[in-house]
Amino acid sequence: MAREIEFREALREAMREEMTRDSRVFLMGEEVAQYDGAYKVSKGLLAEFGEKRIIDTPIAELGFAGIGVGAAMNGLRPIIEFMTFNFSLVAIDQVINSAAKMMSMSGGQYSVPIVFRGPTGNAGMLSSQHSQNFENWFANTSGLKVVVPSNPYDAKGLLKTAIRDEDPVIFMESELMYGDKGEVPEEEYLIPIGVADIKRAGTDITIVSFGKMMKTALTAADELAKEGISAEVIDLRSVRPIDYQAIVNSVKKTNRLVVVEEAWPLAAISSEITYHVQKYAFDYLDAPVHRVNSLDLPLPYAPTLIEAILPNVKRTLEAAKAVLYK
Amino acid sequence: MGMLAFFKKKAIFAQKNISNIMAKTEKKKAKNDGYDFSKTDYMFWYETMLLQRRFEEKAGQMYHKQKIRGFCHLYIGQEASASGAVSALRKGDKWITAYRDHGQPLALGTSPNALMAELYAKSTGVSKGKGGSMHLFDKEVGFMGGHGIVGGQVPLGAGIAFAEKYQGTGNVCICYMGDGAVRQGALHEAFNMAMLWKLPVIFVIENNGYAMGTSVERTSNVTELYTLGESYDMPSEKVDAMKVEEVHLAVSRAAERARADEGPTLLEFRTYRYRGHSMSDAAKYRTKDEVEHYKTLDSIESVKNTILEKKYATEADLEALEAKIMQIVEESVEFAENSPYPDPSEAYKDVYVQADYPYTTD
Ligand SMILES: Cc1ncc(C[n+]2csc(CCOP(=O)(O)OP(=O)(O)O)c2C)c(N)n1
Ligand SMILES: [Mg+2]
Repeated sequence: MAREIEFREALREAMREEMTRDSRVFLMGEEVAQYDGAYKVSKGLLAEFGEKRIIDTPIAELGFAGIGVGAAMNGLRPIIEFMTFNFSLVAIDQVINSAAKMMSMSGGQYSVPIVFRGPTGNAGMLSSQHSQNFENWFANTSGLKVVVPSNPYDAKGLLKTAIRDEDPVIFMESELMYGDKGEVPEEEYLIPIGVADIKRAGTDITIVSFGKMMKTALTAADELAKEGISAEVIDLRSVRPIDYQAIVNSVKKTNRLVVVEEAWPLAAISSEITYHVQKYAFDYLDAPVHRVNSLDLPLPYAPTLIEAILPNVKRTLEAAKAVLYK
Repeated sequence: MGMLAFFKKKAIFAQKNISNIMAKTEKKKAKNDGYDFSKTDYMFWYETMLLQRRFEEKAGQMYHKQKIRGFCHLYIGQEASASGAVSALRKGDKWITAYRDHGQPLALGTSPNALMAELYAKSTGVSKGKGGSMHLFDKEVGFMGGHGIVGGQVPLGAGIAFAEKYQGTGNVCICYMGDGAVRQGALHEAFNMAMLWKLPVIFVIENNGYAMGTSVERTSNVTELYTLGESYDMPSEKVDAMKVEEVHLAVSRAAERARADEGPTLLEFRTYRYRGHSMSDAAKYRTKDEVEHYKTLDSIESVKNTILEKKYATEADLEALEAKIMQIVEESVEFAENSPYPDPSEAYKDVYVQADYPYTTD
């Protein structure tokens, strides 16, 4: 039986179920316990699991990220919440130099089963320090997995998998999605990391996206449908690993590709996909690949500038028209 | 070195509850009666604190009308922390703080019009509508921002002071941070180097009791925050920052040390924010009584009483002054309302100094 729940509730259910299932799992971060989470993702978990497992921290990201990694090396399964991923930069040393390297430099002796999660990307008029996407930064690092769900169903299934994963997983949500509702079954389910999902099947053009930008991609597909253009929309769901095969298979069918991504364009996930497709589906392409990223700029406060910089439906449609030569 | 001796004598008891704080404040009050400040000082404090208060009350209203968006952190209750420091420092000194940054520039004399316009995201704002509430900057008065990553401004403050020392200006940098920020690692690195290199910086912890919903007591065993400086032998002092006179005196002492090339000082301002952390905070982590208690210590009220007692001005004078301030605030709103948003063509400006930087544009 499915019911409609919010994105934040789906995440909460995933954590609750995994904490119930495995006593080694705990949640640590700023305001996660007494305040019920800055975005109410962990609401009620303190009451349910107690202070030992739902842990408020000082504003000390570097410290508690490292404490999480150490705990993971020594038998626990931490979920470390960053209030937003903008603040993960204070802690990135422990993520990149510790969590991602431990297996390799210990010759496989020490693994780091940890989840770093929290919101990513712009969330309205918050200006440049609070409006950033680092999916591609983390994805660049071998040793990590990077999951970016786009709806409550995926969020729950993927977070449960991430918590059970033996390797470090970066799990990126969005402040603007926590209230989104979607169908989620009552029964338990898991979604594997690294498998893309065709959210809408189509034949004329492939649109690849992930996370919050999936809404833009799907809305653009609706618009294209009104003009008789059938778009296939692929949700990557994780950007490390990337399900290259799903993209290539789709492009072989549609012969046209647009990638929609919130991050900046230089060395983005869109660049990576474009490289891969030109190499493995070159002969199938009827047009150069186009992409819609944020402009190559910090995101300021003013709405007029935000409008100019962020990917949106209009720019996605323009890109689609360009690859369709319309 | 008398100062150092004083710090060594610091109270060793942990002051963990309100009644203790209240008792402390009572004691101070009695002692404080002997201040020796001029009419000019008091009138400056009254005017700049009231300007902060009324400006922010208006900003709060405009936020609820959705004229101001994003995160907006009001300083209401903490005004003395800004005004008392402005009167103690001089032109050429530099200022830096976190995102709760409306108070200092207002007290420094930044145009209220340009500040309100910034909150409105208008092109006439101090940061051209690009920064918003959290990122006010005004080079003219030496206000070096409004910073959004907790603790990020602490090393910056030390670096700004480094440049002053390097250039032999005799200027100091005053670097504010919240009580929550002191748990950031970068602060400890910066404190150590600032002390090692005797940088002319005044670190100010504005201890308003909470970092969002987390009380100071819940973040550390060390709740007397000024003692953090002692690990680095940094002269450190706790200041009753509901009293603008105390703020002025403490900052004056610290500035004197800095200008004498004796290095940094850490001041813990005990203060309080009357409003929530930002505009969407139900503030369930504290009691109404606690908030009401601090309102009885209000710095603006107490300066007003002093002015009246000392006959520096009459009730009528102060009413006229308040009317003038209200008009300034109203005008700032009008100015902001009538200003345009930045043109989209502004997007590629102000990112690099290099005018023809080759952006990745596909
Ligand atoms: C590194 C970092 N972590 C988390 C946040 C989110 N955050 C913004 S303000 C704040 C609380 C800071 O409290 P405090 O330092 O006491 O300053 P106050 O708001 O009381 O002025 C937090 C956790 C942030 N901006 N930066
Ligand atoms: Mg605080």
